[in-house]
Amino acid sequence: MMDLRELYQDIILDHGRHPRNFRAIEHPTNFAQGHNPLCGDRVTVYLTLDGDRIADVSFQGRGCAISTAAASLMTEVLKGKTVAEARALFAQFHARATGGEPGPDLPEPLAEEMERLEPLTGVKAYPARVKCATLSWHALEAALKSPGATVKTE
Amino acid sequence: MRPASLRTVYPGPGGFDPQEIKREFPIFASNPGLVFLDSGASAQKPRSVIDRISNYYSTDYANVHRGVYRLSARSTELFEEAREKMRAFLNAADSREIVFVRGATEGINLVAQSWGATFLKPGDEVLISELEHHSNIVPWQILRDRIGIRLVVAPIDATGGLDLAAFEALLSPRTRLVAMTHLANATGALVPIETITRLAHRHGAKVLIDGCQAAPRLSVDVQALDCDFYVFSGHKTYGPTGIGVLYGRYELLSEMPPWQGGGEMILNVTFEKSEFQDPPHRFEAGTPDISGAIGLGTAIDFIEELGRDNILEHEEALTGYGVDRLSRIPDLRLVEAGQRRLGILSFDLEGVHPHDLAQVLDQHEVAVRAGHHCAQPLVEKLGLAATTRASLGVYNDESDIDRLAEALEAAREMFLR
Repeated sequence: MMDLRELYQDIILDHGRHPRNFRAIEHPTNFAQGHNPLCGDRVTVYLTLDGDRIADVSFQGRGCAISTAAASLMTEVLKGKTVAEARALFAQFHARATGGEPGPDLPEPLAEEMERLEPLTGVKAYPARVKCATLSWHALEAALKSPGATVKTE
Repeated sequence: MRPASLRTVYPGPGGFDPQEIKREFPIFASNPGLVFLDSGASAQKPRSVIDRISNYYSTDYANVHRGVYRLSARSTELFEEAREKMRAFLNAADSREIVFVRGATEGINLVAQSWGATFLKPGDEVLISELEHHSNIVPWQILRDRIGIRLVVAPIDATGGLDLAAFEALLSPRTRLVAMTHLANATGALVPIETITRLAHRHGAKVLIDGCQAAPRLSVDVQALDCDFYVFSGHKTYGPTGIGVLYGRYELLSEMPPWQGGGEMILNVTFEKSEFQDPPHRFEAGTPDISGAIGLGTAIDFIEELGRDNILEHEEALTGYGVDRLSRIPDLRLVEAGQRRLGILSFDLEGVHPHDLAQVLDQHEVAVRAGHHCAQPLVEKLGLAATTRASLGVYNDESDIDRLAEALEAAREMFLR
């Protein structure tokens, strides 16, 4: 068994305890709820899109340390990115968190952001926790697709 | 770590020694460090049950109630012997009142679909409680949506126990069935089902008891309880998965139509019509889980050998020890369980999500359940999204509780420092 500190690295514990961008956006252009029926975790992701660019992103909800930290880190890396960049990051992150094929390398600025998400990919050793790390990203995708949606991880 | 003042002395009643009992369960030899505190979800299996199933397939296996040949007759005899063991386990008056089902869930669905759909009319009420497992909620919702009954929910009181006064006030001539847990799986609250049954019968309602958590821990006497239906699952009672028991009063069962059709449950079939068997076979369409029933019979033997009063005394003592031990952990709140808590310790460690907690406990080889325990309405009523639950079995002792407490301290250290 892997050391639990690989899963709960300091950055995760920190973001789990003190989530960044943990607030509602009053008039979001897009938002969506994510729900993990397995553990009852809920997250709402709010977006302000300025054309194709994410001008602001935030979240609210209740969840475990992993899902809270994942949402918090997600909001940090996404601010200022284009929708296409956000999707590229999610694809890469999802692949790494589930132990899948990461696909082609991301261009330099995105690769750096990916590095910031790396601690969360420890969940791949704990299949039951993968959804905790990806819930907020699924909600993001739903928000981008249709403003005001609910997704379940099941 | 262990506070000396909390120590009780084992072996307990009747020479009850969890360490010795543990040796009867091969899982603990295969997983030497394991602290198993999830028997409420499913209990581990004693060697005698595992061997019995294996031996049955090796020496006596054939289909039941069909063959003329001796092997089939022997198999049938063993299957019906298992039924007789279930009768004795519940002290039912007659073994024809024992229907083998897949588990308690199927038992409740059978009553809903057969008795409920036949004898209930739109506007009739089924009264359940806030303490129920989903398996005693959803079948009634399905029936409600199908035939228009009303589903009424008796609340818990501030202590987490069933609010008896509120329950009584909800009883009316419209109440046709009270379906209630004997022991709440999410919190360990013991329900005074003798009183429930008496009150329900006074109003002319039938009573179904969900005995999943009670059957492995308490003596159950359906005649003394005077209930109309009682269900339990084999796998929580140290038996195999895939088998369970529905007890039904014979006069009720005999009026109920089959709920599934097939072989085994018929007397005579033509393309025009079929005649059905009497209970219990009327409700056992298809080849039953023969080895499951026989294995459950052996599990019942195991329980009876330990002594059900001894098991109860053991679980009560260990529950008390657990309450004392966990109450000393800062930031830990035990979920209220009414006047009497048995075998289940559900708790919230403030600031630590149950899934993170269960993950850390797993690292310490302590197996607990985290989540809503298939009792989502109850957990939400208690103001929580999820809890962490430790549930006890005959193989647990104080050292398991101590290991749990130490792992909880480690989790606090990790998340709350």
